[in-house]
Amino acid sequence: MPALCRDCLKSFDTGRRCPACGSPRTVAHPELNALSIAHMDCDAFYASVEKRDNPELAEKPVIIGGGRRGVVSTACYVARIRGVRSAMPMFKALELCPDAVVVRPRMEVYAEVSRAIRAMMEDLTPAIEPLSLDEAFLDLTGTERLHGAPPAVMLAGLVKRMRDELGVTGSIGLSHNKFLAKVASDLDKPHGFAVIGQAETMDFLADKPVRMIWGVGQAGQDALDRAGIRTFTDLRRWDREDLIARFGSMGDRLWHLARGEDHRRVSAHAPVKSISNETTFHEDTGDPNLLDGHIWRLAEKVADRAKAKGLAGRVVTLKLKRANHKLLTRRTALSDPTQLADRIYRTARTLFEHRNDPGPYRLLGVGISDLSSAEGADLSGDLLDPDAKKRGAAERATDRIRARFGDEAILKGRALR
Amino acid sequence: MKFSIERGTLLKAVSQAQSVVERRNTIPILANVLIEAEGDGVQFRATDLDVEVVDRAPAQVERAGATTVSATTLHEIVRKLPDGALVTLTEDGGAGRLTVEAGRSNFSLATLPKEDFPVMASSEYTANFSAKAAVLRRLFDKSKFAISTEETRYYLNGVYMHVADGEDGKSLRCVATDGHRLARIDAPLPAGAEDMPGVIVPRKTVGELRKLLDDDDMDIAVSVSETKVRFATPEITLTSKVIDGTFPDYTRVIPAGNTRRLEVDASEFARAVDRVATVSSERSRAVKMQLDQDRLVLSVNAPDSGAAEEELGVAYDDDKLEIGFNAKYLLEIASQVDRENAVFLFNSSGDPTLMREGNDTSAVYVVMPMRV
Repeated sequence: MPALCRDCLKSFDTGRRCPACGSPRTVAHPELNALSIAHMDCDAFYASVEKRDNPELAEKPVIIGGGRRGVVSTACYVARIRGVRSAMPMFKALELCPDAVVVRPRMEVYAEVSRAIRAMMEDLTPAIEPLSLDEAFLDLTGTERLHGAPPAVMLAGLVKRMRDELGVTGSIGLSHNKFLAKVASDLDKPHGFAVIGQAETMDFLADKPVRMIWGVGQAGQDALDRAGIRTFTDLRRWDREDLIARFGSMGDRLWHLARGEDHRRVSAHAPVKSISNETTFHEDTGDPNLLDGHIWRLAEKVADRAKAKGLAGRVVTLKLKRANHKLLTRRTALSDPTQLADRIYRTARTLFEHRNDPGPYRLLGVGISDLSSAEGADLSGDLLDPDAKKRGAAERATDRIRARFGDEAILKGRALR
Repeated sequence: MKFSIERGTLLKAVSQAQSVVERRNTIPILANVLIEAEGDGVQFRATDLDVEVVDRAPAQVERAGATTVSATTLHEIVRKLPDGALVTLTEDGGAGRLTVEAGRSNFSLATLPKEDFPVMASSEYTANFSAKAAVLRRLFDKSKFAISTEETRYYLNGVYMHVADGEDGKSLRCVATDGHRLARIDAPLPAGAEDMPGVIVPRKTVGELRKLLDDDDMDIAVSVSETKVRFATPEITLTSKVIDGTFPDYTRVIPAGNTRRLEVDASEFARAVDRVATVSSERSRAVKMQLDQDRLVLSVNAPDSGAAEEELGVAYDDDKLEIGFNAKYLLEIASQVDRENAVFLFNSSGDPTLMREGNDTSAVYVVMPMRV
């Protein structure tokens, strides 16, 4: 069975230790040299960077996150042993782990490390699809002749380089498609290297819970539960047509995933599907005035990003999280796409007024989706709202002033609420 | 309950019922049609709680009774039965099954108790009048394209039917708008409609109503209250809630002072718009109209995909004008014109434009221009 030493990168045939350097950190798999789709996931990325930059933290439980109302963004492996998890409210994390060192995130630093990792990945392949600062898909298909080594060797080399040069560790999942690569990278964390081959795919998935499908959220999970689908075996019992009838376009995807099939390509240019911004309040609020100010500021941020990208959206979404963490989402389609803060605000505002819920809320978000190019957006006036044209023109003028004199140069009174 | 009915008659009644039933609903009984057999006929009733349709059909009733079954399943079965077949529907009290027999085919369908079926509360109608199907068809057919789909403007999600002062005295008027275009259609006011409250008839009801209006000379009984509207033929009764909201004051939207007049053959115009719009794949495709002394140049310029231009001979005797419109909106209003030439009245390139058929002011359309 082909095997590989993850320390000295030597390929060998069998054995648990590396015949060259004696390291026990090896990986062996019948299809090791045939697979080429990988998922690289850094281990507790933010926390690793903090520990690297401040060696005093090395042995201590470290939590990255911030604010009184914050949530855990990343917990180091020491803190994870005590039960701290990402996205856990900070107060709960500190209950579990009172001696944790809480560090405010330093996004610029993480972004810089992320760029360095990206550069290393680019030495391997141009087909990289970053999912966030600390994880990415890589497609190394057809690179063996170029590198003179199979993908597995190059990937082991990537993680070694990250550790040696940047001081951060990552885990690799290697398989024959994105779905399985993503699943694999989680199997052997931290600092792992896991392989799922063609031959074992069906057996591997059989009794795994469908919850591990990436992109199935709580609502999707509940829908699957109601259908009595818990494991991949359950899922395989369903006809393709029945799944589509029950779950829509997701149904078709589920049918394929049940068989370990995922035809999505590793794409460097995943199109933007939505633009949204949200804010978590310091204190829960149901005050309509205060919330109105937030809706405006968020609409403006969304509009700024849309304008910068030359995009416009036809669907406006308002997201509210209640004090009890229950999520409320309201969306509506406009007759034509917009990139104006004014229209996004007014639409989100109407959604807010019709929300049928008294609050209070801990989070508010505004977003646009169903994006298209800004060309053709906001060209047509509104018969029933003759002032809209003036407000649109005022917004364009405001944009030009801000471009010249800075974002704070001119503000709506509403933004100060 | 047991009755026999001709397949064609049954299909007509059941298809009307199943189109009212919402595809995605969470209350099982709402997926069903209520079948009531009595005397020499059967009644089929379906609802989505906002719209209710009752369809009566003659049948040989052997045993009176009532039950409910899935509207879509029953419709599918009847649709697939051979033309001219005699269909027998039987329900035995406690079994919870409805048997459908035709020739050698035999189906057994699950039922739900008739007591669970929601019947729409009746309303005190403040106006009752009768109108020819052709009149109602014109009112709704020519206005419905402008109904808004924006849910945040729910009060625009229907056709505003009300009494108005038209050119020739009081009219029965239908108005629909989505903020980009508006349609205002008038018909002589039928006797008995004078005190009708203005109501917003929801989009779905407008669609269902259309199926009652195929026969030009059919008299349709219309009943209106503040909260409900009803349209009835001898066979079918369509009852609907109206949209609970205030329709905006549309009168100030209709330009009165537009003087620049363009007259053009509507179908020639529509075909030309359609041709030039082909080069653009944008969702909101803008068509530029350049007007100058009896000449209209239509053009589309889509930087990413191409450009197109077409010239039309028209009647226009005013200053040069350049104005842009959404191609889809132009096509929609042009297709409303079926007898005479289309007459456009412009003001400037930034102002709403009015369109009507010849000098007929009983159907007027307003469309907002686009920057081009």
